[in-house]
Amino acid sequence: MKRFAALYSAVDQTTRTSKKVAALAAYFASAPDDDKLWTIALFAGRRPRRAITTTRLREWAAERAGIPLWLFEECYPIVGDLAETIALVLPAPAATHDDGLSTWIARLRDLDSADEAARKAAILDAWSRMQPVERLVFNKLLTGGFRVGVSRKLMTRALARATGRDEAELAHRLMGEWHPDTTTFHALVEAPDPTAELSRPYPFCLAHPIDEAAGPESLGPPDDWIAEWKWDGIRGQLIRRGEDHFVWSRGEELMTDRFPELARARDYLPDGTVLDGEILAWRGDAPLPFAALQRRIGRKSVPKKLLTEAPVAFLAYDLLEEAGRDLRGLAFSNRRARLEGLLQAVPETAGLRPSPLLSFVGWQELDRLRGGARAHRAEGVMLKRRDSIYLVGRKKGDWWKWKLDPLTLDAVLIYAQQGHGRRANLFTDFTFAVWHGTELVPFTKAYSGLTDAEFRQITQWVRRNTLQRFGPVRQVRPEHVFEIAFEGIQRSPRHKSGVALRFPRMARWRHDKPPAEANTLDDLHQMLDQYG
Amino acid sequence: MVLEFTERGIYCPAGDFHIDPWQPVDRALITHGHADHARPGHRHYLATDGAAPVMRHRLGDIALETVAYGETRQIGDARVSFHPAGHVPGSAQVRVEVKGAVWVVSGDYKLATDRLSTPFEPLRCHGFVTECTFGLPVFDWPDEAEVAREINGWWAGNAAAGRFCLLGAYALGKAQRVLSLLDPDIGPILTHGAVENTNAVLRAQGLSLPATRQVTPETRAADHPGALVVAPPGALSTSWARRFRPASTGYASGWMRLRGVRRRRAADRGFVLSDHADWAGLNRAIAQTGAETVCVTHGYTDIFAKWLGEQGYDARIVPTEFTGETLDEAGEQ
Repeated sequence: MKRFAALYSAVDQTTRTSKKVAALAAYFASAPDDDKLWTIALFAGRRPRRAITTTRLREWAAERAGIPLWLFEECYPIVGDLAETIALVLPAPAATHDDGLSTWIARLRDLDSADEAARKAAILDAWSRMQPVERLVFNKLLTGGFRVGVSRKLMTRALARATGRDEAELAHRLMGEWHPDTTTFHALVEAPDPTAELSRPYPFCLAHPIDEAAGPESLGPPDDWIAEWKWDGIRGQLIRRGEDHFVWSRGEELMTDRFPELARARDYLPDGTVLDGEILAWRGDAPLPFAALQRRIGRKSVPKKLLTEAPVAFLAYDLLEEAGRDLRGLAFSNRRARLEGLLQAVPETAGLRPSPLLSFVGWQELDRLRGGARAHRAEGVMLKRRDSIYLVGRKKGDWWKWKLDPLTLDAVLIYAQQGHGRRANLFTDFTFAVWHGTELVPFTKAYSGLTDAEFRQITQWVRRNTLQRFGPVRQVRPEHVFEIAFEGIQRSPRHKSGVALRFPRMARWRHDKPPAEANTLDDLHQMLDQYG
Repeated sequence: MVLEFTERGIYCPAGDFHIDPWQPVDRALITHGHADHARPGHRHYLATDGAAPVMRHRLGDIALETVAYGETRQIGDARVSFHPAGHVPGSAQVRVEVKGAVWVVSGDYKLATDRLSTPFEPLRCHGFVTECTFGLPVFDWPDEAEVAREINGWWAGNAAAGRFCLLGAYALGKAQRVLSLLDPDIGPILTHGAVENTNAVLRAQGLSLPATRQVTPETRAADHPGALVVAPPGALSTSWARRFRPASTGYASGWMRLRGVRRRRAADRGFVLSDHADWAGLNRAIAQTGAETVCVTHGYTDIFAKWLGEQGYDARIVPTEFTGETLDEAGEQ
């Protein structure tokens, strides 16, 4: 555990990618195999089964710290991380230990079958023997969620450096469903394994936003580019191999059972096919609002009623594997032609169709098409270089997203709340309202978009202009107007204003506008009629 | 009431004076020279000998009368004295006695000793006015010697690797405390003008600091290999700091106890070093006063007052315009 805690500190103490990779590579070159396997799993977002509920952890930590539970609960949102809060309130360690990461994880697994008294004794014992950083790491194992500023890509690069293996091959090996409990470092990283290959997706190629000021003109001749809609759905890969099919999300979640409609792919796609595309709630020839897809996300099994109310389709935009052959080294125009050929025979009702291309002559025309994206329930347009190969991760140059300008409204700040974690001592969580007669009706919250200096300025102001406190929420003088930008607007019976916004944020602090000139509820409803 | 809490600040009707007021008043008793406690515009100031030089430096030509620690003054019907608060050099708690009732306004304070400030003196009183900037059990300060080892280790490592160290620390107090912990054998120590101005004031009043050199527009980083640069936190993200490359950045603050705050600053290192009391310090200080009534002025006031209430104190929240320790010093001076 000391070695892993030292790795955690080294990675946490720098913002430089090169230093992080060096620390990880040194760890991979020296740690025992079992520890390495778990380290890969943790940095890839996997975690040991949760042996103890966080409720118990909070109670035991408060008890050990000699503070009432409510006080612990007050600390948690300010620290912003449960594992860290526990590590910070506990008294200094009374003893030591020499056990490694995988040993502690095995111990946690054994607690699965232990009774509560034994669990508590084991956890208190662990806390009393660990140094502060070890404790933090250990608590993160207990609570899950191991986000430490190491992307999967960095981890893969470091592993490639330590093992001498090809980075892209390793990235592919680490995709998909594997768990340290059921595999070994050797099997995962070194040994050939044909069965796991069957379900394994390819690492996704990601796009960069186009610099709004420069526009697409900087990309060179328009003829070098293929354009399509930028859909507002779930990015996914549809795999058809052997007797099976698999649906993966970009977050590498296996979602095959969540979207039973896509099982029809088995009838239409030949063995050895992998499609990259977007899962959308879809009816007839058009997507349904994102809210419909939202009802499907997170549901492991889908009731019949929902299947008819919010059916999904897979809009394919790329062909990564054909007849078992990896096509990623071919030009996009070639892959796209093959994709269209493959899907030609698939009937429209199959819920599997190519994402349409947008034909355009010159950037101006594309810009005009982009302006109409909202009518197609798209977020903007995608640009892909005709002759580009399919790259791993977010490499700059070949794939660009050119989003719509957001919708905007001027609104009055009425409630403020302190942030947590990175923003613990600032007011960063705000509620905004529009006018309805002489009344201010809250309609959205927003947390981002201001500079650090502006957050500091508004924090000072909130402290001096609090009218009333409701727990952590402060009602403030309705004096400040902010321009709120958002990507979409939907009807919502759950909100007092009757609307829900998509990705709202503060675009500008309108120092120039008095509150009386903020927008009205009527303006909001007009937007709903137009874009909802 | 010995003290009242008004729009202008903490007020003593028996002596017709304010303590650390935030709006202009006739007579202001000042606990220490930080900008949220010592403001311009009062007609008459009273502070300790040790706090006076910094106040004059910051506020210019003010009508300032000084007292020694422990010296008693009669102001109207109030008997007043200043006692060490351990926060920064010259900082004081103000003790006010009216007809046998004793109240203490602590200003900002810390219990741990350092190499520059006169140590905090516990005072018995009936009512205690306290800050609680770090009034949560997650704030537990390490020993100063341990922090000194961390800072010097960081500096030595970077100096050996050919990197500068940029250390953000509040220009009045924290910066000098950091300087007092540095091992000058590791390399040269450079300072931002705001830090050096305060250094000059404190050196003139007899405090001992290691040799420093102020960074000026003519300063060439290459002439000072292995240097550690002390600057206000806000300066580290400006073009001013950019001449020192490559560099490792660090901040010295109680807030560095929280990983999230450290990350927001995108700092390589955070050193937990505060001029304020930690959770245990606040609780010990309050217990030692024997006070029944405790008024909390700034920090996590809601939570801390509730905790004190459960411990049997008559705890009240008093709204003030004090800000405590922030990482956002706007390059004052």
